[in-house]
Amino acid sequence: MADFLSLSGWLIVLLQGILFLLGAPLLAGWIRFVKARLQNRRGARIIQPLQDLYKLFGKEALVAHTASLVFRAAPYVVFASALVAVSLVPLLATNLPSAMAADMIVLVGLLALGRFFLALAGMDVGSSFGGMGSSREMMVSALAEPAMLMAVFTLAMSAHSTNLSSVVDFNLANGLILRPSFLFALLGLMLVAVAETGRIPVDNPATHLELTMIHEAMILEYSGRHLALMEWAAQLKLMLYGVLIVNLFFPWGIATGDTAGALLMGLLAVTVKLLLLGVVVAVMETVLAKMRLFRVPQYLNLAFLLTLLGLFSHIILETGT
Amino acid sequence: MEALNLALLGVVLALLSAGFALFSSHYSVLTRWLVIPLLGLSGLLVAVAGMQLLLSGGAVFTAELPFGLPWLAWHVRLDMLSGFFLLLIGVVCVAVAFYAPGYLREFEHGRGSMAVLGGFTGLFVAGMQLVVLADDAFLFMVAWELMSLSSYFLVTFQHENAANRRAGFLYLMMAEIGALCILLGYGVLAGNGHGFAFDAMRSAQVGGLWATVAFALAFLGFGMKAGLLPVHAWLPEAHPVAPSHISALMSGVMLKVAVYGFIRFSFDLLGGIQWSWGVAVLLVGSISALMGVLYALMQHDLKRLLAYHSVENIGIIFIGLGLSMVFEGAGHHLLAALGLVAALYHTINHALFKSLLFLGAGAVLHSSHQRDMEHMGGLLRLMPWTGLFFLVGCISIAALPPFNGFVSEWLTFQTALQAWSLENGVLRSLIPVAAAILALTGALAAACFVKVYGVSFLGQARSKQARKAREVDMGMRLGQGFLALLCLLLGVLPTTMIHLIDAIPRQLLHTGLDKAMAHGWLWLTPLGGQTASYSAGLVLLGLLAAWWLAALILRRGGVRQVRRCDAWDCGFSPLNARMQYTATAFSQPIRRVFGMLFAIDESVKHDESGQLRHSLQVGDRLWGWLYAPVIRSVLQAGRVAGRLQTGHLRNYLGWTLGTLVVLLWLIS
Amino acid sequence: MNMSHLPLLQQGIAVLAALVLFTSFALLAQTRLTSAIHSFAWQGAGVALVTALVAYSSHTSHLYLSAALTLGLKSLLIPWMLHRLVRQLNMERLVENIAHPAVLLLTGAALVIFSYWVSLPIEKLGLGDTRNIVAISLSVVLLGLWMMVSRRQVIAQVLGFMSMENGLFLAAVASTRGMPLVVELGVAFDVLVAAVLFGIFFFHISESIESLDVDRLNRLSEREEHS
Repeated sequence: MADFLSLSGWLIVLLQGILFLLGAPLLAGWIRFVKARLQNRRGARIIQPLQDLYKLFGKEALVAHTASLVFRAAPYVVFASALVAVSLVPLLATNLPSAMAADMIVLVGLLALGRFFLALAGMDVGSSFGGMGSSREMMVSALAEPAMLMAVFTLAMSAHSTNLSSVVDFNLANGLILRPSFLFALLGLMLVAVAETGRIPVDNPATHLELTMIHEAMILEYSGRHLALMEWAAQLKLMLYGVLIVNLFFPWGIATGDTAGALLMGLLAVTVKLLLLGVVVAVMETVLAKMRLFRVPQYLNLAFLLTLLGLFSHIILETGT
Repeated sequence: MEALNLALLGVVLALLSAGFALFSSHYSVLTRWLVIPLLGLSGLLVAVAGMQLLLSGGAVFTAELPFGLPWLAWHVRLDMLSGFFLLLIGVVCVAVAFYAPGYLREFEHGRGSMAVLGGFTGLFVAGMQLVVLADDAFLFMVAWELMSLSSYFLVTFQHENAANRRAGFLYLMMAEIGALCILLGYGVLAGNGHGFAFDAMRSAQVGGLWATVAFALAFLGFGMKAGLLPVHAWLPEAHPVAPSHISALMSGVMLKVAVYGFIRFSFDLLGGIQWSWGVAVLLVGSISALMGVLYALMQHDLKRLLAYHSVENIGIIFIGLGLSMVFEGAGHHLLAALGLVAALYHTINHALFKSLLFLGAGAVLHSSHQRDMEHMGGLLRLMPWTGLFFLVGCISIAALPPFNGFVSEWLTFQTALQAWSLENGVLRSLIPVAAAILALTGALAAACFVKVYGVSFLGQARSKQARKAREVDMGMRLGQGFLALLCLLLGVLPTTMIHLIDAIPRQLLHTGLDKAMAHGWLWLTPLGGQTASYSAGLVLLGLLAAWWLAALILRRGGVRQVRRCDAWDCGFSPLNARMQYTATAFSQPIRRVFGMLFAIDESVKHDESGQLRHSLQVGDRLWGWLYAPVIRSVLQAGRVAGRLQTGHLRNYLGWTLGTLVVLLWLIS
Repeated sequence: MNMSHLPLLQQGIAVLAALVLFTSFALLAQTRLTSAIHSFAWQGAGVALVTALVAYSSHTSHLYLSAALTLGLKSLLIPWMLHRLVRQLNMERLVENIAHPAVLLLTGAALVIFSYWVSLPIEKLGLGDTRNIVAISLSVVLLGLWMMVSRRQVIAQVLGFMSMENGLFLAAVASTRGMPLVVELGVAFDVLVAAVLFGIFFFHISESIESLDVDRLNRLSEREEHS
C-alpha cells in the first residue's frame, strides 16, 4: 500500500498525467502514421493531432440554439473523467498514491460516466445524427461491459485484488508464466478496447457522414475548444486502454521505486510497448474492413466468450482442488 | 427505549394524518396544512428513531402493545435492521411531504376525493412502519395487509380509467397470494417454535426439508411483493397508475419493506442458511435484474419505465443477498456480511433515487400532463431545477461514480469477486457469470437513462404541452432537491453510511466489516486496502480539479465566448422536432439484439389515407408462458366448479347438508 | 495447484488445452463451412501439439508417433478431404443460419461448467500434473455432440463428430499418457474410413434430396410412404 502523503509519489502522478496528456495525441498520430505507411501513403506527421488540438483551442466555439447546458458541460465532464481515469493507471511506476483512490471497477465506472455524458450531448441538440450515434454507442458499450468485467475478474481472481497496482505487482513477482486465462483475457480485452475506443472494425474514427459512424456522430455538433476536449478525451481513452493492456499483461520494465533511473527505464519500456501496440492496431485497421453495425453484437459476443473461457480456464486449469 | 417510543409516536401520527384526512373532502385546505405535514412529521420521527438506533450500535428495544387478541398481544421490537428500514421509510416520507402539497393542488378540484387519498396514504405509511416494527407474526401480517390493502385503494384512486381498475385488481390478487405464502411460511416456523412471537421462532431449530419449505414459501411471498421475476407482473401495471408521490412511496419504500421481510425471515428467524438457497436467490436476482432493465428499455411511458427499473434494482438487491447467503452457507461470515451490506446499501440507494425519479416524473406530469416520453423533449430549459435533480437521479441509478448507485454496485462486485475463496468449483464459476450479468445490467441501465434524459429533457419539445411546461413550485423542488442531495452524499461518504449499516450484520451474522475504514474514512476498503479500495471523495475532487484545469487552460488563449447558431447536422435543412431520435428508435438496436426475449409485434402498413404507419408492441413473454396458462386453468376450474351452481334452492341446501355431515364426520 | 509452481512445459500444455477448447467454441459458432473446417484443422493441430509436449515431458516415444499421426490426419488430410468435398458440392459460400448464436454459445459455456463439475472426482484421483485437462477434454466431447445437435448441415455434424474424437484423444493423452499404439492406429484408421464413407454418403444424400440439411432427411421416409 502506497503512502498517501508521499510528495514524490504525487509528483510522479503529476508527471504521469502530463505524459498521458501529451502522449495520447502522439499515440493517435503514431497509429495514423503507421497506417498511412502501410497503405503506401506518406501520411501526416506524428505530432499532427497535437497541432490539431492546439489549433482547435484557439477557435471560436459554436453552440446550436437548441442546445442546453448539458451540451456545454459535457466536454468538461468527459475530459475530466478521462483524465481522472488515466491518473489511476500505472504508466511509469506502480504503488502510486493515486492508485489507492480507485480500483479497476471504478476505472470502468469513470469511463462509463464519460460515455454517459457523451451520449447525452449527442442527444442534446436534437439532430438525427446525434441521437443515432448515442443509441449505437450505448448498445456497443452495454455489450462490451460484461466482457470487460470478465477480463477484470480473471485478473483479479489470480491476483486476489482489483487494485491495478496489486495486479501489476503480482505479475511482476511471478515472472513469465504461460497462463491460458491471461491469454484469453488479453485477447478479450483487446477486442473490447477496439470497440470502446471506436476503432476499426467497430467504428471508423476517420470518417464523417457515413451511416455507420458512432463516435463521430455524437460529437458532430461540437466545434472549437469543446471539440478539442472531446477529441483529447477520446485519445486519452485510447492510450488508457493501450497502457492497461501492455502494463497489466506485460508489466516488465515498470518502475517499482521512485528513483529517476527506474522511472526513466519505465518510460522507455512503456514507450516501446505502446509503439509496438500501435503498429499492431495499425496493421489490424489496414487488414480488416469495418463491419456492419449488427455484426458488432457477434463480435462482442466473441469477446465475452473469450473472457469467459479465460475465467473457466483459470478455474479449471489453474486452481487445484 | 426513547427510540421505540419515538417510532411508535410516528406510527400514531401517520394514523392521525389518516384520521384528519376524512374531513378534508369538505375543507380541502386541511390536506395541505394538516394531513401532509403530519405525515412528514411522522416520517421525521421514525427517521430520527432509526438513526438513533443505528448510532447506538447494537441496542434492541422491545415492548408489548395493549392491542391484539387476549392470548396474543402485539409485540414490537426495534433492532438494527428495523432501525435501518425505519430510517429509509422516514426519509422518503419527509421528501414526499414536501412534494405532495404542490402536486395535489390539481387533484383538489378533481373527481377523486381527497379524503380517500389522504386517508389511505396515512394508513399505508403506518402499515409500512408497523411491518418493520412487528415482533410477532400476527402483528406482522396485520400490518402487511394494512399496507397492501391501503395501497390497493391508492392504485385505484383514479378508477374512472378501466386500465387502472384492471391494474389494481391484478395487484390485489398477487399481493394476497403473496401474503398467503408468507402466512404459510410463518406457519411452518410457528409450528416448530410453538408460538407466533418472533422470539420463539428465532430460538427454534427448523431442520432439513421444513427449513427449505419455509424458505421457499417466504422467498415466493416476499419476492412477489418485491417484484422479482417471474412474479413481477403487477408491478409495472400498478406503480405507474397511482399518483406520482404514491408511486414514489410504493417503488421507493414498499418494495423495500418486502426486502426487509425477506431478510428478517431468512437471516434472522429461520437461521441456518444453506448455500443452495443462496444460489436460487442469486439466480432469480440476476434474471430479474437483466430482464427488468431490458423491459424498461422498451418502454416509452416514463412512469412505467421507472417501474420496470424497480424490478431491475430489486434484482440487484437480491443478487447481493444471494451472494451473502452463499457465503454464509459456505462458512465465510465476513464475506456474508459484505454481501448483506452491499444489498442494504443498494436498498437505501434505490429508495432514494427511485423516489427522486418518480417525483421528477410526477413534476413533469404535473406541468406538461405527459407521461409518454415521445411527447416530451427540451424540458431542461423550461424546468431547470427539476431537470437538474432528475439528472442526479439518472446518474445515480445508472451506477456512475461519484453518486450513490455506484457504491452499492461496487460493493456487490467486490463480494462476487471473492468467489475464489469458495471450495465449490461450480460456484466459483457461476458467481462471476452472475457478476457479468450485473455488469450488463448496469450498462443497459445507463443506456436506458441516456434515453430517458435525452428524449424527455434534452432536444426540442415534441408536443404543444411540452412546450408550455413550467417549473414546479418550491415545495416540489425542495422534495426532489432533498433526495438528490442525499444521493450525492451517500455517493461521496460511503464509509459513514457503511459505518451505520455495519451494525446490522453484526447483529444478524455476528460479523462486521472491521477493515472497512482501516485506512481512514476517506477510503472505503471493505476487505482491506490490498484487496480493493475506493475513495469517492478523492474521485470527486479529482473530477472537479480536472474540470477546473481544463477551464483554466482554455481561459488562456483563444476566444472565450461561444456563439449561438443553428445546428449543423451535416448541412441538412433546418432541424425540427420530428427529426429527433425518438425513444423507440433509441432502443431499436438493443431491441434487435435481445429480440428473442420480447414478444415483439411490429408492422408497417399503409393506412386509409395512404400514409405509412408503423406500429410496435413489445410485450412480456412471461405473460404467454406463465400467466396465460394459469389464468386459463383457473377459468377452466371455475367453469367446472360453476356446474354446482344449478340455481335450485334445494340443491344448495343439499350441498350445505352434505358439507355439514362431512365436517361432523371429520371432527368426530 | 498453483500455476507458478508448474514447469514451463506444463504451462504450455495447459495453454494449448485451453486453445483446443476455444477451437471447439469456434467450431460451434462458425456459420461458414470452410471456416468451420479451418477451425477443425486448428483443433487437430492443437491436440497434436499437446500430444507432442506430453511425449516430450514424459519421455514416451510412441506418443510422438500419435502426435504425427494426429497432425497428418486430423489437421491436414481430413480437412483437405472435407474441403474438396465442399468444393465439389458447390457449398463453399454456404452460410448456415443460426437462429440464436448467443444461446448456442451460452449453452456451450454451461456444458463446460457441467463437465468441470462432473470431472471433479476424477481429478481428485490425481493422475499427474495434467489431470485438470480431463475436464477440458470432456467439454470438447460434449461441445462436439452439442454441435451435432444444434447444426443442420451434414458437414457441420461430421465436424462435430470428429471433434468429439479429438476430445477423447486428448483425455487419453492427458490422463494416461495415451492409449497403446495399436489402439490409436486403429482409431485413426477408423476415423479416416469414416471420413471417406461420409464423403460418399454426402454425394448420395445431396443427389437424392438436393440438400445437405439433416432436417430434410425425414423426407426420405415420407417419400417411401407415398410410393
